[in-house]
Amino acid sequence: MGAKVLVLRTAGTNCDYETEYAFQLAGAETALIHINQLIDGRASLNEYHILALPGGFSYGDDVAAGILMANEIKHKLGDLLQDFVDSGKLIIGICNGFQVLVRAGLLPGLNSQSAQEATLALNNSAKFECRWVYLETQQSPCVFTHGLEQRIYLPIAHAEGRFTGPGQILDEIESNRQVVFRYAAPDGKPPLYPDNPNGSDLQIAGICDPTGRIFGMMPHPERFLTRLNHPRWTREHLPEKGDGFDIFHNAVVFVRQNFS
Amino acid sequence: MDVKHIPIRNVDETELTRISREGLLSLNLSEMRAIQRYFVQQGREPTDVEIETIAQTWSEHCVHKTFKSRIEYTENGGTVQIIDGLFNSFIRRATEEIDKEWCVSVFVDNAGIVKFDDDYNIAFKVETHNHPSAIEPYGGAGTGIGGVIRDCLGTGLGAKPILNTDVFCFGPLDLAHNQLPTGSLHPRRVFKGVVAGVRDYGNRMGIPTANGAILFDSRFTGNPLVFCGNVGLIPKNRCEKIVYPGDLILAVGGRTGRDGIHGATFSSLELDDTSESLGSVVQIGNPIMEKKIVDVLMEARDRGLYRSITDCGAGGFSSAVGEMGKDIGAEVQLENVRLKYEGLAPWEIWLSEAQERMVLALPPEHLAAMMELCEAEFVEATVLGKFTDSEKLRVSYGGTLAAELDMPFLHEGLPTPTKTAVWEMPRFPEPSDDTVVTGENGVSGASNVPDFTQDLCAILGSPNVASKEWVIRQYDHEVQGGVVLKPLVGVENDGPSDACIVIPVLGSQKGVIVSNGINPKYSDIDPYHSAAAAIDEALRNLIAVGGKLESTALLDNFSWGNPDKPDRLGGLVRAAKACYDIATAYGTPFISGKDSLYNEYRDTTTGKQLAIPSTLLISACCVIPDVTKAITMDAKSPGNLVYVVGKTYRELGASHYYDIHGFVGNSVPIVRPDEGKPSMSAVSRAVEERLINSCHDCSEGGIGVAAAEMAFSGGFGMELSLAHAPRDVEVTTDDVLLFSESNSRFIVEVSCENRAAFEERIKGVPCGCIGRIIEQEDFVINGIDGDTVVETQIRHLKKAWQNTFREGG
Repeated sequence: MGAKVLVLRTAGTNCDYETEYAFQLAGAETALIHINQLIDGRASLNEYHILALPGGFSYGDDVAAGILMANEIKHKLGDLLQDFVDSGKLIIGICNGFQVLVRAGLLPGLNSQSAQEATLALNNSAKFECRWVYLETQQSPCVFTHGLEQRIYLPIAHAEGRFTGPGQILDEIESNRQVVFRYAAPDGKPPLYPDNPNGSDLQIAGICDPTGRIFGMMPHPERFLTRLNHPRWTREHLPEKGDGFDIFHNAVVFVRQNFS
Repeated sequence: MDVKHIPIRNVDETELTRISREGLLSLNLSEMRAIQRYFVQQGREPTDVEIETIAQTWSEHCVHKTFKSRIEYTENGGTVQIIDGLFNSFIRRATEEIDKEWCVSVFVDNAGIVKFDDDYNIAFKVETHNHPSAIEPYGGAGTGIGGVIRDCLGTGLGAKPILNTDVFCFGPLDLAHNQLPTGSLHPRRVFKGVVAGVRDYGNRMGIPTANGAILFDSRFTGNPLVFCGNVGLIPKNRCEKIVYPGDLILAVGGRTGRDGIHGATFSSLELDDTSESLGSVVQIGNPIMEKKIVDVLMEARDRGLYRSITDCGAGGFSSAVGEMGKDIGAEVQLENVRLKYEGLAPWEIWLSEAQERMVLALPPEHLAAMMELCEAEFVEATVLGKFTDSEKLRVSYGGTLAAELDMPFLHEGLPTPTKTAVWEMPRFPEPSDDTVVTGENGVSGASNVPDFTQDLCAILGSPNVASKEWVIRQYDHEVQGGVVLKPLVGVENDGPSDACIVIPVLGSQKGVIVSNGINPKYSDIDPYHSAAAAIDEALRNLIAVGGKLESTALLDNFSWGNPDKPDRLGGLVRAAKACYDIATAYGTPFISGKDSLYNEYRDTTTGKQLAIPSTLLISACCVIPDVTKAITMDAKSPGNLVYVVGKTYRELGASHYYDIHGFVGNSVPIVRPDEGKPSMSAVSRAVEERLINSCHDCSEGGIGVAAAEMAFSGGFGMELSLAHAPRDVEVTTDDVLLFSESNSRFIVEVSCENRAAFEERIKGVPCGCIGRIIEQEDFVINGIDGDTVVETQIRHLKKAWQNTFREGG
């Protein structure tokens, strides 16, 4: 069975086109669905295997990044989503989508009450920044990053991306191996700004829930699908495939293996 | 709030003038008299709604009367020439004569449209938002970008926004506070506000901002310039619009409030310290509202729900409805307009420039489907009235007739008086060679050979040249996943790219190159050469990454002083002439443009009138069939050869080199298309044949700056010898050869294997191999006589270039 992806959008979502494209390139069938269609039942989440929350500024990021959409998800789609997760399906949140998942309590997902446990705070540079960063892939249960290169390169573009939380939560994320990506310096030393572009605790760039099926990251894998996306493709010999591709491909493969 | 009548039929000229001035109508006496005559014929007094409608429709902003009017022009005391409209004589004429089959729609819609591929066309528009940004930088700039996005959205049946461009001109950031004209904001505040405004709007809309420029001059202090551009992707079968009588007038998007009233007429006033108190002339932006509108409209467009669309910009509904119903007629019930709050007078509702509103012409049978679509995404839509066949614009408010104007009078009744323009070539003190090279930075201690290393660093660090990375990184230039040539390039992703390339349809290798050219400093000497250089620069930038003249379209955006003053208008005539001459010579048509005039600031304390430097922004776009052939400006590998393509002339007038030594001079760079065109074509072909590894436009700061930027962006040194650079006989000194800003030149990197093929390809074009790229950090330039005139390391050059705006200036 082919993987079916629901790319969820709402007012202010703006990375939907390239996120759909990424999944299509990876072999999935995609549908771009407005959150109101799920809320009023015109679209049905259980027809899909993967729920993708793309980047953007949902509802303008008013109050705080992603919080309004997180509340809609929690309060209007809570049961739907719980069924989706319980049936072993996948959720990925990128940038604003990650912010939504964290604020909705789905990530890191250590408690069962959907309470928010961590946050993505204003960058230490106190401003929106768009730049490419190196990521160190961690050993984790994350389905999306299975077999990924040790070090990958992706762009970030955000103002609120500093992952932080109470020490106890951070400890638990570490001991559960829920850290999926950490920011890295090109020379392998501990990353300072701008290699860690926002000042995240433990250099965290992406995490998954304890099952590895819910995944969120601040960098944008959908923006590096071919070598032409790379900022130095005119000067470096690069493989045709971009570093972000496998993240989508892994999800599609997982669906093929588990839902056929 | 009721409709008021304004008695004008029996008043004298003084009273007409007073009505115009106090009502912020920006109508001159002959226009007021034309209105008076019309209402005498009608046998009644006009309403406030009617007067305001006419003022908006006839405003410089909406109708571009300066570019349409007849001009009596005198140049350097010669005989009077009659110009029958700058637009028709120079801009439109150039496009018509060039006659490109790929021009789909030029000058008629909200943006120009050119062909892209079998399925899509490209729309491109650049706008200015100068006066609002002077008063409220954040809101002014944000709504500037919001407005130009709606221009593309209101082109044809709607283009999807795929790229933003931004060009700003500010006063010097280090301006002493006691130098600030009364009432104007400090340039630093304007700079930060404008950048933040564009950032927050563009980023929230999810449109990559990947091309732009920032320039500084003290004369921009009271009147900064904010140019915002947008490129859109539009299906080929959605490029035409039509309105039928009986179609509903549907307003979609934001509610109407008292913001932005008189924006259109405000743009025809010179600024001073009272401008801020003119009321609510600056609009309030809400990018998420606009994003919602884009989402809904793209679906409605593809489902064919509406027949025509335009944005609600300057003049609000009065312009949008008046323009759409121009050839047929329209009637509007103002009480249908959804308001942000109560208390607006009917004319305020009609004129409000509240943001994020679009007006559609909708066949009545599609109303239900359209409303359902809007409601599903929480976008408000309201039927305001309908289009008719009455040839009249009828507006009512709660049953009272608020306006009834004949469409022909409204759109053709504007008197176009003859304007006077005078141009006198200025003369600036000319530095002798000694004064320049013996300036305090100019001479090396030990020998008699001048050392230009410090001059080179000074130019690299000068605000116009220095790195703008601090700004660029605050814009999302990656969103939509298609920006394949980024604004920052090179080994550390921080070199200054000549142009950007975006792939609008993911999976394809077809892209659009976008670049710009602007050089207001040259217009101090002659706006003709400033305009010519702006075109040449925009083209060079585009050619340098892989563009071709044959598929390049231009946009012209004039920001000028008060055109009622003959000297300002004289300069405008010079610039428009250059547009015709150079565009036709290169075969690159104009597809869209805009003018912003009256950019002057009056210091009420000193009584000084500050006109901005006459500024023409040229934006260029070009379809590139295979983006994998594109190149960037960063030096690629040690051992490769460095060439200069194009001849250097003794042209230091208004150069950065003169500027750092306190001179303007007179020898402004001249565009010679008979030399420039072969150079550009040869470089294009060589890039296409993959014979060039890197190429950089040689402009501000000349060969010295261009070579330095290539070197430090690539992380390699260079060993260069000026003796081999092609030069005119009058170029006899190293400083001229290093820093002259002659047009149509490129610095090109070629590998040794490609040397013969490249030289064959470039045959017939002035070109010289000036040295090579080296592994080490050293950057060394030897002069014409073989002496070392620049000797440093690339990290010093890069530091000089990056330090100016490292923390935002």
